[in-house]
Amino acid sequence: MRPADRLTFPRVLHPGAWWAWALGLATAASRTQNPVPLALVLVVTGFVVAARRGDAPWARSYVAFLKLSLVVVAVRILFQVLLSKGAQGPTVLFTLPSLPMPAGSGLKLGGEVTLEALLQAFYEGLQLATILVCVGAANALGSARRLLRHVPGALYEIGVACVIALTFAPQLVTDAARVRSAQRLRGRDVTGLRGVARLAMPVLEGALDRSIDLAAAMDSRGYGRTTDVARVPRRLTGVLVLGGLLGVCVGVYGLLDGTAARWMGLPMLVLGAVLAALGLHVGGRRTGRTRYRPDPWALPEWLVAGSGVVAAVAVLVDVHLEPASYFLASVGQVPPVPLLGTLGILVGALPAVVAPPLPTPALPAVRRDTEVAA
Amino acid sequence: MIELRRMGVTFADADEPVLTGVDLVVPEGELVLVVGRTGSGKTTLLRSLNGLVPHFSGGTLHGSVVVDGRDTREHRPRDLADVVGYVGQDPLSGFVTDIVEDELAYGMESLGLPADVMRRRVEETLDLLGLAEVRHRPLVDLSGGQQQRVAIGSVLATHPRVLVLDEPTSALDPLAAEEVLATLQRLVHDLGLTVVLAEHRLERVVQYADRIVLVPGGNAPVVSGDPATVLRDAPVAPPVVELGRVAGWDPLPLSVRDARRLAGGLREQLADAEPPERRRPDATDVVAEARGLVVTYGRVPALGGVDVRLARGEVVALMGRNGAGKSTLLKALVGMLEPSSGSVQVDGLVPSRLRPSVLVRHVGMVPQVPGDLLYAASVGRECEQADRDAQVPSGTTLALFRLLSPGVPLEQHPRDLSEGQRLTLALAGVLAAEPPLLLLDEPTRELDYTAKHRLVEILRDLADRGHAVLLATHDVELVAEVATRVLVVADGELVADGPTAEVVVSSPAFAPQVAKVLAPQPWLTPTEVAVALTDDPAVRP
Repeated sequence: MRPADRLTFPRVLHPGAWWAWALGLATAASRTQNPVPLALVLVVTGFVVAARRGDAPWARSYVAFLKLSLVVVAVRILFQVLLSKGAQGPTVLFTLPSLPMPAGSGLKLGGEVTLEALLQAFYEGLQLATILVCVGAANALGSARRLLRHVPGALYEIGVACVIALTFAPQLVTDAARVRSAQRLRGRDVTGLRGVARLAMPVLEGALDRSIDLAAAMDSRGYGRTTDVARVPRRLTGVLVLGGLLGVCVGVYGLLDGTAARWMGLPMLVLGAVLAALGLHVGGRRTGRTRYRPDPWALPEWLVAGSGVVAAVAVLVDVHLEPASYFLASVGQVPPVPLLGTLGILVGALPAVVAPPLPTPALPAVRRDTEVAA
Repeated sequence: MIELRRMGVTFADADEPVLTGVDLVVPEGELVLVVGRTGSGKTTLLRSLNGLVPHFSGGTLHGSVVVDGRDTREHRPRDLADVVGYVGQDPLSGFVTDIVEDELAYGMESLGLPADVMRRRVEETLDLLGLAEVRHRPLVDLSGGQQQRVAIGSVLATHPRVLVLDEPTSALDPLAAEEVLATLQRLVHDLGLTVVLAEHRLERVVQYADRIVLVPGGNAPVVSGDPATVLRDAPVAPPVVELGRVAGWDPLPLSVRDARRLAGGLREQLADAEPPERRRPDATDVVAEARGLVVTYGRVPALGGVDVRLARGEVVALMGRNGAGKSTLLKALVGMLEPSSGSVQVDGLVPSRLRPSVLVRHVGMVPQVPGDLLYAASVGRECEQADRDAQVPSGTTLALFRLLSPGVPLEQHPRDLSEGQRLTLALAGVLAAEPPLLLLDEPTRELDYTAKHRLVEILRDLADRGHAVLLATHDVELVAEVATRVLVVADGELVADGPTAEVVVSSPAFAPQVAKVLAPQPWLTPTEVAVALTDDPAVRP
């Protein structure tokens, strides 16, 4: 047994495993608007993050994602209140002054606000928020930049672009906080829309400068220095990868949408995946990059990724068996607890135990020896 | 190793070339220092060495640049990655990964080196740069000196023949800077690496240089040669060289050691002279006071019981390591932080409870990045906005800015200003409200000597007009020029507080070069010595 296969050997888990786990839970969340499984997904991700998060800066992003998801819910409800479409239920909570809109537009500004409409908006917002939190958990547990190292060679350039975009967001938040406190020094109350406009300029300038610096640094360190290849394999790679990814997209859409035609689901996904894999294989041969200390994919990775897959599959299957408990027939009813889905999501909490603990810095040799001796 | 032949650079939208007719040959194993004012084209020259100019920046390159036999006309920066290692100004923004070890390996991965070679070289680089302790740490959690060493290591791991560094120590405290420079020195001597670096803080680097390349800017020809010769009449020079010029030494000393050997006669001449008395302001006219100030970030103690009084007419320097609590003290004084315990009073008011519009009339601060204060699209509009923010008559800020930096066109975008001009624009905006207390965080970080001299004049003038100035800085020469009092913080506590000469002369880390040369006599700047030599006929040489 390799040390990497042991569940207790302290090491950093392959970030791909965390992302697979989180995407599994996100998939589960995307198929239901029942608040019970959604809340369960939230609790499960929070539990695992609390148990296995390090103290690296990206690990702190979880809270930011939580806040963002609260905003999403709030915005969804606000829009529902302002732009409700006709009567949506019998329980009128309050009535807002309404503005007449052109007939036939189907829109209504203000007017009656019903409990049912609010609940519906809350459930929909909660679904989106849960998916966001899953992404946040993945970001907190598996560094996005570290994940970049595992992108197949043919997709390397695209991977770099994505990851830089991903890591840019937290940096923008830090910059905004710094600029905001600096603006206070000029005697401005930085609040409201005007405040945002005043923040935008220095923050975006800083971001632009940094990205140019990064690009220069990457260029001078040999980024994109690929070995020359003939034109035909390059074209072939492009066609295969693009076609394959398109297939995967259609397949995923078909699988998640539920109302789409059957052929759009699994068959398309498989076909796309095969094409893409073929393209990546052909393209991977043209980059001369090598990898330094690749993260091992061992037993804990299988378990963590697997637990996410189990959660997704359980919910997907259960949606077929019992659609009524995932999409509520009437918003007012007490949300049911779907058995299979719940169990599946609970399996998603296993990484809190099966993922290896994070290593702590080694003690100096002298102290370690005395401690062992003692 | 490096050959520039009639090299010239013109950027796409510029009327004038940045550099013209540069002829330069750098043999293997030299440490070359590129000096010149801000905006003179130093960075352009450095970036042309690995092809970033013109491949990355755009523009036209005339003549030729050949490094280790490879012409940058045919080789893009990535093709030169195994020959030239380039480290930019801000190491943090050039990091591609987020862990020390991965960052060291990144360049080698791009070059496609085999895994076992990479593994071995990463270990060697960790040892060479003293980074083994932090190998698994996230890059953002490292100190400035460590980050700079990682940046150097990350390009060194590919075994380049030339190392190019742009301002490697400007943002570092004196000790971290020494750490980095010692590393470079070792690379030159042990590995025979050719190093080309640009640096504003000449006093730190000049003694290590084998050759100085002076980029005067404004189409004047680039001068290259032996440091002592080039510095004889360069517009920028470290204090020890200025002292040599004042005393008429030949050859000019480049290090404190050289100067100290030559200084015996000068010390005798100066034995009877008194350094000018620095203004000792009326200590009773207190503007700001902190008592028992404690600030904690979570479980990190940043300040542990600091007592500070600042009086009108004082220029107080706040010194100490990075992370010692300097910025925290400034933030507490300006009300950006609520103290965990203790009290802060400015003008008899508690700054953290004031509305921003009231606060600016009592305390002003220019942060480390002055651009954070600016957001308008032109200098003129920035000034108008500052007038409105400070609720002062229209034109106040502009008049101040004209006084501080004459001759800047109003329609210019703040981004296109030089670092010094941007600092003065932010300073003018802050000063518009006439705050009695002015705080500056690391103001000379990116200033060249000319801009620094200007800043010194401005600060003295402010003190004369009755402002109290507190500046957090690593720049010992600036402190020697301008400060009347020095505070040293370490580990969140105040460890020294006294007149500049008393505090800095005896300290190995904070003493300016002139003080080191003339110790035990308490002279701090070349100007003081020059004045003493000319004023007093008895001591004239």
